[in-house]
Amino acid sequence: MSSAPTITLAPAAARRANGFWRRALRHRSFVLGGALCLLVLFAALLSLVWTPWSAYDLDVAAKLRPPSASHWLGTDVLGRDIVSLLLVGARATILVGIIAVGIGLTFGVGLGLIAAARRGWTEELIMRMSDFTFAFPAVLSAIMLAAVVGPGMVTSITAIGIFQIPVFVRVTRGSAGAIWAREFVLAARASGKGRFRITIEHVLPNIMSVLIVQATIQFALAILAEAALSYLGLGTQPPTPSWGRMLNDAQSLLFQSPMLAVYPGMAIAIAVLGLNLLGDGLRDLLDPRLSRER
Amino acid sequence: MGDVNDMPLIAVEGLGISLNTSRGRAQAVREVSFTLRRGETLGLVGESGCGKSITALALMGLLPDSAVVSGSIRLDGGELVGLTDPDYCRLRGNRISMIFQEPMTALNPMHTIGRQVAEPLRRHKKLPAAQARGQAIALLDRVGLPDASRRVDAYPHQFSGGQRQRVTIAMALACQPDVLIADEPTTALDVTIQRQILDLIADLVEERGMAMILISHDLGVIAENVRRMMVMYGGTVVESGTTEQVFSRIGHPYTQGLFRARPRLGAKKGTRLTTIAGTVPELADLPDGCTFADRCPLVIERCHAALPAAFDVGGDHRVRCIRTDVSMARAVAEIGA
Amino acid sequence: MSVFVLRRFLTLVATLLGASVIIFLVLDALPGNAAETLMGADASPDAIRALTVKLGLDQPLLTRYVHWIGGMLVGDLGNSYAYGTPVAGLIAERLALTIPLAILSMAITVVLALAAGIYTAANHNRLGDVGVMSLTQIGIALPNFWFAILLILLFAVKLQWLSAGGFAGWDDGIWPGVKSLLLPAVSLAVVQAAILARVTRSAVLEVLREDFVRTARAKGLSRREVLWQHVLRNAMIPVMTVMGLQFANLLAGTIVIENVFYLPGLGRLIFQSIANRDLIVVRNCVMLLAGMVVVVNFVVDVLYAYIDPRIKVHDL
Repeated sequence: MSSAPTITLAPAAARRANGFWRRALRHRSFVLGGALCLLVLFAALLSLVWTPWSAYDLDVAAKLRPPSASHWLGTDVLGRDIVSLLLVGARATILVGIIAVGIGLTFGVGLGLIAAARRGWTEELIMRMSDFTFAFPAVLSAIMLAAVVGPGMVTSITAIGIFQIPVFVRVTRGSAGAIWAREFVLAARASGKGRFRITIEHVLPNIMSVLIVQATIQFALAILAEAALSYLGLGTQPPTPSWGRMLNDAQSLLFQSPMLAVYPGMAIAIAVLGLNLLGDGLRDLLDPRLSRER
Repeated sequence: MGDVNDMPLIAVEGLGISLNTSRGRAQAVREVSFTLRRGETLGLVGESGCGKSITALALMGLLPDSAVVSGSIRLDGGELVGLTDPDYCRLRGNRISMIFQEPMTALNPMHTIGRQVAEPLRRHKKLPAAQARGQAIALLDRVGLPDASRRVDAYPHQFSGGQRQRVTIAMALACQPDVLIADEPTTALDVTIQRQILDLIADLVEERGMAMILISHDLGVIAENVRRMMVMYGGTVVESGTTEQVFSRIGHPYTQGLFRARPRLGAKKGTRLTTIAGTVPELADLPDGCTFADRCPLVIERCHAALPAAFDVGGDHRVRCIRTDVSMARAVAEIGA
Repeated sequence: MSVFVLRRFLTLVATLLGASVIIFLVLDALPGNAAETLMGADASPDAIRALTVKLGLDQPLLTRYVHWIGGMLVGDLGNSYAYGTPVAGLIAERLALTIPLAILSMAITVVLALAAGIYTAANHNRLGDVGVMSLTQIGIALPNFWFAILLILLFAVKLQWLSAGGFAGWDDGIWPGVKSLLLPAVSLAVVQAAILARVTRSAVLEVLREDFVRTARAKGLSRREVLWQHVLRNAMIPVMTVMGLQFANLLAGTIVIENVFYLPGLGRLIFQSIANRDLIVVRNCVMLLAGMVVVVNFVVDVLYAYIDPRIKVHDL
């Protein structure tokens, strides 16, 4: 007889999940954003198994070719196929985004939860420190790091990741703080539950939707930051393809091959737009209370 | 001037208001008609969602843009329905004023109360700043704000709820309007303050010969402050008459339910509070017939067919029920004592 | 009020000190001996030792730090490792470009954003609102340096109205200088403005829902009067918060944009110094940038108190 309750529970949860997807697939922002994100993800995954040409092969004789049947978007100054560069470049973009946001989430949410749970001077300290980090935008931190340890993907991931932390600390502390003040939490505390357990069982599940939405926003910002750093030469280094650096290369050739400057930028814009739309959609779907008038 | 005195100040005829709700178009108000003469006080009582506040907003021309208004509202003979916003702006705060339920949020936190009270004076009477300020101080003093000449430069957050409501009353009365609409002016205040505010409003209304529409869900407030009253339910007026008539005869089944539901001092311990069975219908789901039919103890088949007409049961006391006679007999039997 | 300002000022000083410690630690303590890197690995130990003493790098960290802070207060930032000239002079030269660029860009941003934000809020859910909002949605997805390159493509390559880079300087008068700063300022501004416009719009819509707006309308004020006299001041608070936060992004943006347009500003100085391993210049530039951000946020906080009467009382 103990199996019966679990059987009746599952359909209810499944119904809720189905309801979410039904609403989600009718939400314009979510669908459009999701489609764009999947496109970029697909490009990155595809590049792992196949690209039209190798993104690393140089063929100087074939440089700066216009779009053709063999090179769909043409070639760059070193004869590399643009389409292949774009596909492989997606990898760097996504990788840096995921790791940097991951750093931000892990440390930021952790610190934020601690701040909300402990209050008092622990909270003050954490908040002051994170406010302080706001003075150092990603580019600035990356510059400092690059001056010391040299440029590279690790440098950019670290710099962008560090800058993600205070954002998540702030958001987490704010939302968690509101949950701590709610009655059911007061009830849990009155019944003797420890702060750690309350945090895990009550606070965290309730702030999930806020965190998910914020994560998509931060991912978009991370992509923009990575592109800027690669453009400046501080991020992903050659020969690893990266959209930002493609833009830098294209800049010196604006008079000869203007289109070379358009494709990588569009790729970045598509990825960021997709994430922004996805984030907007998620905000509406996960917690209507979060969405303001749009 | 005989003619002017005979013509009602406000004449509402067959007012209908439809709104856009999250569930589609809804008829929030149906077939509302009443008149208001100079110096008269009219009460509007009903539960939340019955359409009383919306009716008031319609009089002020402050309905949302998506609202569709049918019927007629006349102020001194001039039609208000369909008036352009600039024309309406000239009337609001000037000839017809309104005060609202929530005094804590009714004032702009960034402006001094002096500036806010003087604002209608500067806008409608075109008074220069110094003069408007002087009048503002006089008004604040009249509404019972202590030390008005100094506190005129204070900000709203420095005042209590009751004091802020006095300020909004001063603002509403600044240009000597002909009509004051008070939408639950004391509901959000402490009980001790409620009395003071209601007395203040009553004094001012009488002093200036204004007409007043007082909206409340509290029968006690209605009983003590208005000469005539209307009971609203589901967007229509189900009973109207002088306060004395309605309170003594209680014609409509809904009104009876309201009266029965009041807790009574001196009732035996353990007496349960009487409630009206069922719940208030959502605006988007209003039935075609009598809106109260689903909850009425006297309901018959014919009640669902169409909205009943308002029957005159004597002396301009109207009840909108096809079983009025049965209902009133019951009232005498049950509550008459 | 003055107590509030004093408290915020003390926080400002504390933050600046904290920032300086971090910057110093990262750029001076970690990298090891700068003299070594400057001379290269195969220089003789004696030469390295001589340079180390000359640059003052043999002193203990704390001494060097105090020396630096003290120097900042009198305007002496030391000498560049690469050029030997005073760092303060180098920086001042570059600031003559970066500051006007930042100001110009901020001005364009504010004008565009407030106009768009107020317009869309006033025309909520109508065609103008939807149209402008779609534009901002695209705007916030654009990398500002890509937008800059596109602008160069249009105005310098195709139309040939403006040059593709370089700074005309202020010596020939204001206009040539401003002209060369136009495209950079616009490319910075458009993306920032898109963000700020959305914030403005939602702030205004939020305020329009407040009760006191209904009160104002009930007093006979027209929609326009309500918007300008009651709503805007209240809406400015969240807008100003974001503007303050955006300043850090603006500075980061100028670094990138200066590279796009080959402008000899602070950003390029930092880059060249990194390439030259001229860490003292990097250190002072980064300190300056961080300092500017902190000061701007301080100004924003003080402006709050000036605008919002509730703060004077509650903040003590």
